[in-house]
Amino acid sequence: MRFHAGMWTPAGSGEAGGVAAAPVPGAAATAGALNDMILAVGVARDRSAFAALFGHFAPRVKSYLLRLGCDAGAAEEIMQEVMVTVWRRAETFDPAQANASTWVFAIARNKRIDVVRRERRPELDAEDPALMPEPAAMADDAVASAQTVDRVREAIRTLPEEQRTLLRMAYYDDKPHSLIAEECGLPLGTVKSRIRLAVTRLRKILKDA
Amino acid sequence: MADQTPIGPSHSLPTHSLDDSILLDYAAGSCSEAVSLIVASHLTLSPEARTRYAAFEDMGGAMLDAMEPAAMEGDALADCFALIDAEESGESGAPDAGDAARESGARDLAAKAVDAIAEVPTPCVPAAKPAAPGRHAIDRVPAPLRGYIGGDLESQPWRPVMRGLDELPIAIDGVATVKLLRIRGGTAMPRHTHSGTEMTLVLEGGFSDERGHFLRGDVAVTDAAVDHRPVADPGEDCYCLTVTDAPLRLTGPIGRLLNPFVRW
Repeated sequence: MRFHAGMWTPAGSGEAGGVAAAPVPGAAATAGALNDMILAVGVARDRSAFAALFGHFAPRVKSYLLRLGCDAGAAEEIMQEVMVTVWRRAETFDPAQANASTWVFAIARNKRIDVVRRERRPELDAEDPALMPEPAAMADDAVASAQTVDRVREAIRTLPEEQRTLLRMAYYDDKPHSLIAEECGLPLGTVKSRIRLAVTRLRKILKDA
Repeated sequence: MADQTPIGPSHSLPTHSLDDSILLDYAAGSCSEAVSLIVASHLTLSPEARTRYAAFEDMGGAMLDAMEPAAMEGDALADCFALIDAEESGESGAPDAGDAARESGARDLAAKAVDAIAEVPTPCVPAAKPAAPGRHAIDRVPAPLRGYIGGDLESQPWRPVMRGLDELPIAIDGVATVKLLRIRGGTAMPRHTHSGTEMTLVLEGGFSDERGHFLRGDVAVTDAAVDHRPVADPGEDCYCLTVTDAPLRLTGPIGRLLNPFVRW
């Protein structure tokens, strides 16, 4: 095990383990720094890098779990499981495939489905021999995922309120789009077209950036 | 009606793929296990859908990042290192970096197998020796589906339904019905409608109906109103995964109140 105390402080997580890492000036570097921290954990089992990751993600994962209806005890417990999984799977992290936040989000989402809903989550496997590769022409279309999280967040902020509400209900309230339509008293087609508009706009912003 | 969607290139949207709304549900983790199975299998076989899907996962990451950080209890980081140390000293020979989803999947699979035995004749065990490797080799089956059937498509305990059509139910809890279908080359299905939305993913071979021609990796989504008559391509057999999602739908003022609770 290699300790590099203080190595990750620029990411704003010097107070790892303490209360919430507040957004730090210069947060633009965060996405890349978070990627590097996961890589350091994966390659070198770097505990100070993990502490910094923990400082950023643990309070957010807990908050996500609370938002989705877990009580405080369950949220703490599942958050711990998520962070242990981050440690264990760090060496499989590929910044070309996903940015740090997306990667941790997927772990948290799946852990909640497993523990709270007691369901399996059939998951795409990047190593699957059955995976149909991308035709070369499409590679241009793919948005490089690695550093996009800040831009996605910005882009979501610029969406019309009706579209943002819908995304909040999907990600924070655990509601499939058909139920959102029903609860909002909207025709299913309207919900579908709002989702399409939101994601089209987002893709455009990411491509232009 | 049939003229509106002439047989054409199989990758035009949205008739041959799952729409953005379903991809959002899968990314957010709000859809049922049955729907997740067909989405994950489709993503495996469709690079186009994977490209669209990536944006929804990134939205999840952005949403997580935007969460107001919650207060932590005690020294949560020390607790976490204690868990890590316990795990690493306790089971050095245990599952490596593997994949958490798969580990928990395996655990649940064992639990589900017990249920499944009661309902379905051993769906996890191939009934016969696999056919010669090739078109129906196990590694042509998308990994998410392989986790449920445990083998290649040919050697499943197929149940005959009618001449030219066999099916294999897949036991998943919930309101959806999940099956594999095997349609002999050239066979026409009887004209039918369904009670809910039916999603059909082509795994091998192909079929045509009023809306077009569907090949490996394509999905046909048919809602209750559609009256269709699929015909398998002549020659090779057509294998499909179908999920019919017919959620309990309560309407009216009381139903509206109850619905969020009956869902899970």
